[in-house]
Amino acid sequence: MTGLAVIRPGPLSLLQDAGRARWQHLGVSPGGPLDIHAAAWANHLLGNPWGTPLVEIALGGVELESRLDTWVALCGAELPIAVDGESRPNWSSFPLRVGQRLTLGFARSGQRAYLAVAGGFRVGAVLGSVATQTREGLGGLHGDGQPLRAGDLLPCAPASLPGMASVPWRFVPDYRAEPGLRVILGGDAGDFSVAERRRFFAQAWTLSPQSDRMGMRLLGEPLRAPTRQWSLGVTTGTIQVPPDGQPIVLMADRQTMGGYPVLGWVHPLDLGLLAQCPAHRTLRFERVEVEAVQGEMREFYRFFGR
Amino acid sequence: MRLEPVGAEALLLVFAEQPDAGLPLRIAALAERLRRELGPLLVDLVPGWTTLLLHYDLLRTDHRQLARRLLPLLEDWYAGPPSSSAGRLHEIPIWYAGEDLAEVARACALSEAEVIALHSGTEYRVGAIGFAPGFAYLGELDARLALPRRASPRTRVPAGSLAIAERQTAIYPQASPGGWHLLGCCPRRLFDARAEPPCPLAVGDRVRFFAIDETAFRAEGSVP
Repeated sequence: MTGLAVIRPGPLSLLQDAGRARWQHLGVSPGGPLDIHAAAWANHLLGNPWGTPLVEIALGGVELESRLDTWVALCGAELPIAVDGESRPNWSSFPLRVGQRLTLGFARSGQRAYLAVAGGFRVGAVLGSVATQTREGLGGLHGDGQPLRAGDLLPCAPASLPGMASVPWRFVPDYRAEPGLRVILGGDAGDFSVAERRRFFAQAWTLSPQSDRMGMRLLGEPLRAPTRQWSLGVTTGTIQVPPDGQPIVLMADRQTMGGYPVLGWVHPLDLGLLAQCPAHRTLRFERVEVEAVQGEMREFYRFFGR
Repeated sequence: MRLEPVGAEALLLVFAEQPDAGLPLRIAALAERLRRELGPLLVDLVPGWTTLLLHYDLLRTDHRQLARRLLPLLEDWYAGPPSSSAGRLHEIPIWYAGEDLAEVARACALSEAEVIALHSGTEYRVGAIGFAPGFAYLGELDARLALPRRASPRTRVPAGSLAIAERQTAIYPQASPGGWHLLGCCPRRLFDARAEPPCPLAVGDRVRFFAIDETAFRAEGSVP
């Protein structure tokens, strides 16, 4: 099989697809891209179906050499993109010829870039998905949950497309802005006092450097949380409040169950904005109703052909 | 019983405020039935001690429609007999030589032999599977062995470790951080993504442990 050879893998580059559905009852994390907006666009620009395997690149610093003629697309974090030293635009598709080197510098804004290839990377699935789960040792190029390494070959097939495509500017987020993350209140929210809930929405929270693909930890004036005892199933976007009062937003590599009190859930599209925030960025929360989120998510899934 | 929306793509069924011995098996039976009857509407069904979380496909349904579909099924399940099946029984060998065995014995004012006898003399029920792939929470541990979690969790607990905390016991299927007290080691693999099914235990199943010695452990040893 031919493909893209990994010369420099960057600090954390992970094969991802739509995630590992249908195994949560055995404790298997769903995984998948942290920023579904940017990932969906990268595939869409190449005419790939929803959830086609692509690479999530944290921070950048990647160099690949093409062993075939194909097309790629990059979306997400703004980083210098070059093919044999010649610059290429972000949020766009472009051709890559055999022998050419694709070089990605380090992100100037945003934290995760998505690299899709025409037809997708052809990798064997583990439990129905190629999503790389480093903690659980599942998925990825070798099926063992390892990130990309120098010397790996990302398998794909030759492809030729009619021309370059770009994401319309109004769909390109500004990752430099302080995000206002929309939250559906619920879960144990009723057990928090009115004053605590007000404090959650009124203050600016700071993203902790302790954050990762499992959970984004927020630092601020601590909330007084109620207690809860029996672990139950959780969803991506869940806002947990542990006893120290510093909220944790559960991300794609989350556990399947949790026992901490839940204040609500972040809008799935706003999780992408959260994932693009560097450590120490401040952010705020605002309320949204569940029906509005459902309408927007249906439109998003339909547009990208989920 | 309550139905609560969880985010924009899940619905939580809450059956009780406190777990009881028969509930996990009943929840498992309901999950099986919902999987069969609601098929593509549901993506993932996650049983908890007293709950069942349904991750649904938003392009096919939402929490209101799903609740309407569920009501007759739930009434039927609620009225039904408390499940004829007793849950499958797994008998799992343990080499009781864990790092914390002596400390647990001291903390519980028992001998090590008494700790082993109490732990292996109880039949447990799988109440939930979570935390990590194949990590089955087993209840209910004898009250004489109930201890709070360790003050500071270990950064690495070896795969196959048998552990206890509060009124629960479990085996760590993979090496991971963990705050429970280690009583022994299990030579069998409890999660293998290539096996069918990947995890031999299911919610509602019964588990008994029996003590083996080091020789038997090494002979069976499949855990790396």
